[in-house]
Parts: sequence; structure tokens; C-alpha cells
Amino acid sequence: MAMNSIGRGDTRPIADTAGGDAMTFTGNRGLQIEEALIFEQGQHGRTAVDLPEPPATALRIGRVRAREEIGLPGLSEPQVIRHYTRLSQKNFAIDAGFYPLGSCTMKHNPRLNEAMARLPGFADIHPLQPISTVQGALEAIDSLAHWLLTLTGMAAVAMSPGAGAHGEQCGMIAIAAALEARGDKRSRVLVPESAHGTNPATAAALGYTVDAIPATADGRVDLEAMKAKLGPDVAAIMLTNPNTCGLFERDIVEIARLVHEAGALFYCDGANFNAIVGRVRPADLGIDAMHINLHKTFSTPHGGGGPGAGPVVLSEALAPYAPASAVVRDGDGFRLIEHPEGTSFGRMKAFAGQMGMFTRALTYILSHGADGLLQASSDAVLNANYILASLKDVMSPAFDGPCMHEALFDDEFLKGTGVTTLDFAKAMLDEGYHPMTVYFPLVVHGAMLIEPTESEPKESLDLFIATLRNLSERAKAGDADHFTGAPRLAPRRRLDETAAARKPVLRWRPAEMLDEAAE
Amino acid sequence: MANIKFTKDHEWIRIEGETATVGITDYAQQQLGDVVFVELPDVGKALERGKDAAVVESVKAASEVFAPVDGEVTEINKLLQDQPDTVNSDPQGEGWFFKVKLADIAQLDALMNETEYNNMIAEHG
Amino acid sequence: MRYLPLTEDDRRGMLARIGVADVDALFEDVPASARRSGPIEGLAPHEGELGVERRMKALAGKNIPAGSVPFFVGAGAYRHHVPAAVDHLIQRGEFLTSYTPYQPEVSQGTLQYLFEFQTQVALLTGMEVANASMYDGSTACGEAVMMANRVTRRSKAILSGGLHPHYAEVTRTQARWTNFTADELPADVDGTEDLAGLIDDTTSCVVVQNPSVFGHVRDLSALAEACHAKGALLIVVVTEVVSLGLLTPPGEMGADIVVAEGQSIGNALNFGGPYVGLFATREKYMRQMPGRLCGETVDADGRRGWVLTLSTREQHIRREKATSNICTNSGLCALAFTIHLSLLGEAGLTRLARLNHATAAALADRLAKVPGVTVVNDGFFNEFTVRLSKPAAAVVEELAKRKILGGVPVSRLIAGKPELDNLLLVAATETTTPDHIDALAAALGEIL
Repeated sequence: MAMNSIGRGDTRPIADTAGGDAMTFTGNRGLQIEEALIFEQGQHGRTAVDLPEPPATALRIGRVRAREEIGLPGLSEPQVIRHYTRLSQKNFAIDAGFYPLGSCTMKHNPRLNEAMARLPGFADIHPLQPISTVQGALEAIDSLAHWLLTLTGMAAVAMSPGAGAHGEQCGMIAIAAALEARGDKRSRVLVPESAHGTNPATAAALGYTVDAIPATADGRVDLEAMKAKLGPDVAAIMLTNPNTCGLFERDIVEIARLVHEAGALFYCDGANFNAIVGRVRPADLGIDAMHINLHKTFSTPHGGGGPGAGPVVLSEALAPYAPASAVVRDGDGFRLIEHPEGTSFGRMKAFAGQMGMFTRALTYILSHGADGLLQASSDAVLNANYILASLKDVMSPAFDGPCMHEALFDDEFLKGTGVTTLDFAKAMLDEGYHPMTVYFPLVVHGAMLIEPTESEPKESLDLFIATLRNLSERAKAGDADHFTGAPRLAPRRRLDETAAARKPVLRWRPAEMLDEAAE
Repeated sequence: MANIKFTKDHEWIRIEGETATVGITDYAQQQLGDVVFVELPDVGKALERGKDAAVVESVKAASEVFAPVDGEVTEINKLLQDQPDTVNSDPQGEGWFFKVKLADIAQLDALMNETEYNNMIAEHG
Repeated sequence: MRYLPLTEDDRRGMLARIGVADVDALFEDVPASARRSGPIEGLAPHEGELGVERRMKALAGKNIPAGSVPFFVGAGAYRHHVPAAVDHLIQRGEFLTSYTPYQPEVSQGTLQYLFEFQTQVALLTGMEVANASMYDGSTACGEAVMMANRVTRRSKAILSGGLHPHYAEVTRTQARWTNFTADELPADVDGTEDLAGLIDDTTSCVVVQNPSVFGHVRDLSALAEACHAKGALLIVVVTEVVSLGLLTPPGEMGADIVVAEGQSIGNALNFGGPYVGLFATREKYMRQMPGRLCGETVDADGRRGWVLTLSTREQHIRREKATSNICTNSGLCALAFTIHLSLLGEAGLTRLARLNHATAAALADRLAKVPGVTVVNDGFFNEFTVRLSKPAAAVVEELAKRKILGGVPVSRLIAGKPELDNLLLVAATETTTPDHIDALAAALGEIL
């Protein structure tokens, strides 16, 4: 069998009586309030929306019956407000604290972006209303597209993909379409071991065999190994740059040359573009397609896991295969191409893209300006290197030398302490930090990937560094219990993921349904 | 115990005449941690040596179980559908995965005996 | 720059600790040929809020917002009133600026609302389980077909001619590049197509939209039986989710997978995105479902809590063997959906649905009296098709000149079919007033 658990920690919590303070009568702890599900507090007939009585006209719904009970709970507005306010208070967020989640770029979300996206001229327009009535929207999309092309140096951009992974698929289909157009059947895609999981998933979905390229000891693609794997059956390479170890692929120009020489195309995962904005244009590296996660580089809010937007920039070779919809200039105005024409490979998504994300990203770009964008990527890299330099003597950096926008450590420094990467991360929760990304990338044992972003002031970095130094020393001093029982002060202690996966409960059910199921 | 063989990928196979029972080793279940789900092949499926035969999932990992030999699946362990933890508690007994009708008995010669397997994990573990 | 806290002093001190002279030294791995210096071409320096706001407002001002005029546009995105509480709550920083709940101990807020969302979606669609959302309805539709292919181990889908053309196009694109077949039926303007007769032993699924893109409402029970008789799955697509407050849900009609566009509840039109895809299925297919799932469990102190679960199906663990390459969901839009639905509750949603239907019925009656307009549908929810005496695209442009957004010409969705040129899709919701209806009828009377 193939095992890929990569030294992860336990998924069942250890009960320990040392944690937890005295229980209160309510189960609440000060401002931390236990909150029942909406289904447990609703009353039949109550509503928080006053609507007029519908006229008593006959239903015209063909042979379909009107439905009877749905089973939704009824609440009043004060109850709903209180419910979600209490839920919100159980969440960690950038607004509340330092959130150094590597590869996710949890930077500040400017509130002007939110206000602009909500202007009725953007938020209250329909994707199918006449083109003459949405010229400003098309101009905004065109304007964002222009800046994405300027920053990347590429020939074209497909704006419609709904998120990074969707953009990846868009770029890879464009590659498949270009190969098909030249009558070239190729079956293999090269993906470095350190790649984000979406890369092999995307390539495999398109029917390609995924061939992993090993990494060198310094965390980059092994150029010799890649050369050996290149051949006439290789369709593309999918490479993240800066890579998932937070390092710039120094051989990237050579990689691109070799890939093109072999007749293959170069997909770059642009997840880490935020590190190099204004300093490096992907076109100058020889890339054919790259998605841009607007929520990372241009700080559209992460929103608890989406929505995202993943425009894909394309080289001259791939531009003809871009999907619908596309905005084009037409004299003084703009047109929307809504039907895939000519060599276009099709459509990724209904309508014209994630407009609400476009307006936020455009606002971000205009606010930062040429100097601000460059300063942002510079500060992101400076902050990461400051953390790396300040922790390298007590933690174990995975690689030598400077990093880009994120600093990667392995769990070597925890060896023999009885503390795992997961335990270390959970202890950070008690200190009021969101942990770094753990156990990714897979190529580093017990990985800890710290991405401070440019939003963090030096005072905040210094306190974070002091905290991690303290925790490292505490682990080495033999205080393993402090870690294995953590968190003790978060809204919940460690959760039993094993029980959740063995008997999945994915929805609430009324008591009588559960009773029936038990019988 | 002479009729139990092992693969380098941590499957075991117990031979009983023309059929054989397949599961994963105690070492494998320890490495995986708490098993939460097992996906078994359909009865009647023709398995090919070294190719995917089943999937075993812990919370954080999903691992392919490879067929140790060529053969047709004759029975699967239905107990694992409701109690996947049996793989943890009794990997080489009640936690078996499936039975196959051997296509080529000579293929067994390529597999390890218990001592050889134990030596292998002692070296790598 | 207001978003960047480091001062020049900070930067100098930090560079000294790192042991380099300047930030450029940290970029030493970048090949010299690709290093850029100098400002970004054509981009002005950073600008204050006031200046940026002026520029963005100038762009927004060139559009005609739906709320400012009589508005009848639908076809997969609908203008509904969203209570003020929704936007207030989703803008709380703890929701807005958090990420995927990878650390469940400090993400119980997100996880609990996802669990509630999954329950609401299951109830609405009449299905057993639902996931934590997809990008939108169209991508959920493509994913549903791929899931049906996995479940049935077949690779031929049949797409109804009443399926939204964008959804069909997204699914066809998936089919073309991930190697399955998607047979699409001709536009089903009258709602009379026979799908059952096309199903055979190689069919993985039938995809049918209800109400259809032309507005027809159908009982799908017989179709579900026909699918199941041949071992195929029935996928039901709903693009106007408010309809589930009135109509028998797909689950009760025998659907195996239900996907829906959830935009109508909680989310603004946003010129097409971001929206929120709903995805529900039978419990037995749970492990074949794409996307994130939130499940109930307990913590070390035995207290109830929630975690992301069954994540071994997902790309970050299964990599090339994942059920889908999907990484993100549509978290904040799902939150808006779940809050709005919590506000509505059973009584509110039912009333909202009936109000939509009654308003559309009034619109249909009024338009039927306009010479040159024929209402195609007998049954509908809040949108229907009319046949005009002139090409609909030109009529809609004429209406726009009179500050009326009069609907979606079918030719905008399906190109190159002259026989569809005179068809117009018209929608009404609770936001449509009698004055709006009069204005549209009067204007059509003049134009036709």
C-alpha cells in the first residue's frame, strides 16, 4: 500500500484534566457564549422578514404540487443577529490577530474595497442586462485585466475562473487545446513533489499522467531530474514560483527553455505571485500560463474560505484558446464575447467572472499605486526573512539562505521533545496566534510554513518571535504536557476528527428522526 | 504461519488452497493511525498484481492497497463498512480486506515470509 | 502608504538583523535577466481613499443599477431584497477576514454556520446531505455530472434542452477536456421534450433544470424512475432557489443529485459573481461528493463541536486521485445565504416564494394583453417566456433606452438559432411593483 501520512499528529484529542477552568452553570466563559444551532432555537411561525400577504390567486405551477413542510426554523431579527454575532466570536481572523498561515497570504483587507464593491453601479447590475447599460462594469474588468497584464508582461488574460484551482484548470485546458490544435498528442505532466495538491488533481482530471519531479537538497526543482523526465510525450510542467517552500526557483529561466525545447508548455501556479509583484514579470521567466489568486495578491477577503477569483494570464501561444466570456474594446466602448468563438476552448463558468472580486482587486491596485505595490511585495519578503533570521537559532529552518515571502521550518528542533508540529501549533492558539500552515509542503518533515505578509508591524513581529522562542525553549525543556494538551483557552479544545470521519454527521436532524433511525 | 506472505508495501496474504485472504499489516495500521474508512473492490473484479485493489483512509491520509497477486475477488469483509476500526484492533485477523481466487500460484514465490518482512521494517523503521 | 506599517527605521533595523544591505539582496535568486527596476508602467503612485473612490464611482456611474429602473432580467440570476442584517453580519471581521477552518478550535463560528448551511440546503432540496458550497450553480452542475460518472462508472450524460445554456456550455467544456460525453438536446422552448426515451444502459445521468431556463415547471418523478430503471442518476438543477419555497423539492421527485445557484438568497446580482453553488445528494453517495464537508464531533472536554471531515476525498490529500480539484468554496456567499434563510425561516420563505409567483402571474396576465406578445408557458415560478412579434434583442435595446430593463433575449444565451430570435425571458420578484409592470406593458405596446 502507498502511505502518505507524512508524520502527522494524532487526530483524536487527549483528554486531560489539567486544562479547562471550572465549568460555569451555563457552560459560557465570560464573553465566550455557547450557542445552539438555529434548528434548536427556532419556533414555527416566527420570521425576521415582514412581507406582504400574497394575493390569493390560483397557482400556475403545472402538474407539480405545492410543497408542504420544509423544516426550516423561524427566528426573529434580534435572535438572528445575536446568533451570528456569537458565532463570529468563536473565529480567529486577521482583524483580530496575527494570522501567519503560509501559502494563504492572510494580509489586511482594506475596507474601502468592500465599500467600492457594494456601490449599486457594481453590486446591483445583472450579468445579462443590455451591454449598453453595463459599460462601466466592462471598463472595470478591462482596467483590472490591463493591470494584470502589465504586472505579468503576458499577452492575454482569461478573467472568468472562479478561484485559483479553477484558474489552474483553465490554464491547463488552454495548454491541452494548443497541443491538440497542432496535432500533438502528449500524455504526461511534470509536477514537483512540493506542489500544492490542486496541481496533480488538475492534471489528472484532464487525463494526464502525473510524473513527480524530486526536489534538490536546497528545496528547488532538481534540474537534472527534470531533464531526464522531459520527452516528446510531456505536455507541460506545472511549477509554483516562488515555490511552496517559499523559495524562488533560480533555474526557472533554464527550466522554461528546456520545457519549450521539448515542445511542452509551462504552467506556473501563481499562488505566490504576491512575493514578486513589481519586481519580476512572469513573462520574462518564459511562462505560458499562470493563475492569479486575487484573494492573495490583491487582498480580496478570504471570507472563511471563499469566494475567490482566479484570472489566468496567457502567453501569445495560448491566447487564442482562452474561454468565454471576454471583454473587448469596441471603439469608444466595450463588448462582451459571450459565446466561445473560433479556437476558444469553451466556458469555465456562467456569466462574466467574479465581478465583486474584480472591483475589490482594482480598488487595491489603484490605492497602492506603482510605489505601494512594489513596497508591499518588498515588505512581505522583508518580514518573512526577519522572522527566519530571528528564529533560526531556536527552530530549524528547512533550507539555508534567504526566503521569499514565507519562512519554512521543519520539526528537527522538536526531535526528542515529545512535541509534534501539531502540538506546537495548538500551543500557539493558547498564546493568541493563528498557527502557521503545518504539514505542508509535504517534502519537509513536520513542516511549519510562516507567512507574515506586509501588513504586520514590526512590534507585532517581535512579540510573535519572542513567543515562538519561548515555546521552542519550553518544548526543549521537557514541558511536553503543555503542548499535547493544548489548546486549553480556545473556544474548543482539540476535536475528535476520527469520530467525525468514522460516523459522519453532516447535518442536524430533528430528535424524532434520530429516534426513528435508532429503531 | 508458513502460509502467510508479505509485500514490501505492507500487505499480507494468507493462502488457503486456491484462495487467499488479503489485508494490511500491523505495522501499516500503526503508521496510518485511526482508520476511518475502507473502500473495497467489487466481488468478481479481476485484480492485477501491484495495481490498486482497495483504499484505506485515516483522517489525514488515504492510501491505496495494492493487490499482492493476480486473481478474482471472491469475498469482501463487510464488517469493515461499519467498523473500520477493526483494521486497527485486529489487522491480521478480523480486519482482513478481501479474498481472491489465485490466478498464478507461482506469484507467491516473489513475496516475503514473516521473518523477511520483519527484517525489512526493522531496517527502514 | 496607509496599509503598510513598516517605517524606514524598522526596515533598516530588520535588514541589519537579517545581515543584508538592502531588500534587493533578498531577491538574489531571481535571474538577472528577469529582474525589473523602476516603477510599474503607467500606474500612478498610491492614492488616498477619496481619490480612489472618485475613480471607482465614475466607473460605477456608467452602469444602470437594477434597483433604479423597472427590472425584469433573470435567466439564472435574480434580484431579490436582501435584509440589512445580512450585509451587516457578513462584514464582521471575524467572518470576513478569516480563512478555511483548518484550525477548528478557533474556527467554530465558520464551522457551525457551514453545518447549519448544509442542513438548510438538504432541507430545501429534499435531499439527505449537502456540501459546504461550490463556486456557483454552473460549476456545481459540471461537478455533479462528473460525480455521476464516478458513481455509475459510465461516461455519457444527457443534458436537457431546458438547461441554462451557460450551464450546458460549462458541462460540455468539462466533457470535452476531461473525456466524457454530454449530449445536449435542442432548446426546449415549450417544455415538452421527452428525456426518458433517450436513456440507455450507457447513460450515467440526465441533467434537467426545474424550473427550466424557459420557466417551465415539471414533475420529474417519472423521469427519475426512468433513470433508475437503467442505472442512471437524475441530476436536477435549480437556478432560482426561491422556487423551493413553493414547489415540490427535487428530492421528493427522486433526484439523486441536486445542484442549485444560491445567489437569490442573501446575495446581490454582482454582475454575475461571486455567487454560491449548492450541492446535495443521497447519503449513500456522500463519499463521492466533491467539495468541503463540515461534520459534528466532540472536543477533548466532551463538548459538541465541528470539523471539516472526509477530507481524504479532496485534492490536498488525494492529489491526482481527488474527487475534484476544487480547493476553495464560496464561504462568505454561503454565509449570506444561510443568514438570509435564517431570517426568512419557514414562514418567510414560503411567503416570499408565493409572492414571487403571484407577481409573475400578474405580469404574465398583463403582458398577454399587449398586442404582439404571446406568453409561451402554462406553468412557471417567477419567470416565463414570451414570444414577441419582433426580434427580442432589438426590443430589449429599445426598452433600455426608455430606462426599462426588460428581460433576457433568448438569442443572448443561444447564438445562431434564428427561430429563437423573438423569444424573451421575463422575470418578476417581490421587488417588482405594479407600476413597473404597467411601464413594461406600455413600452412594449409602443415598440411592438
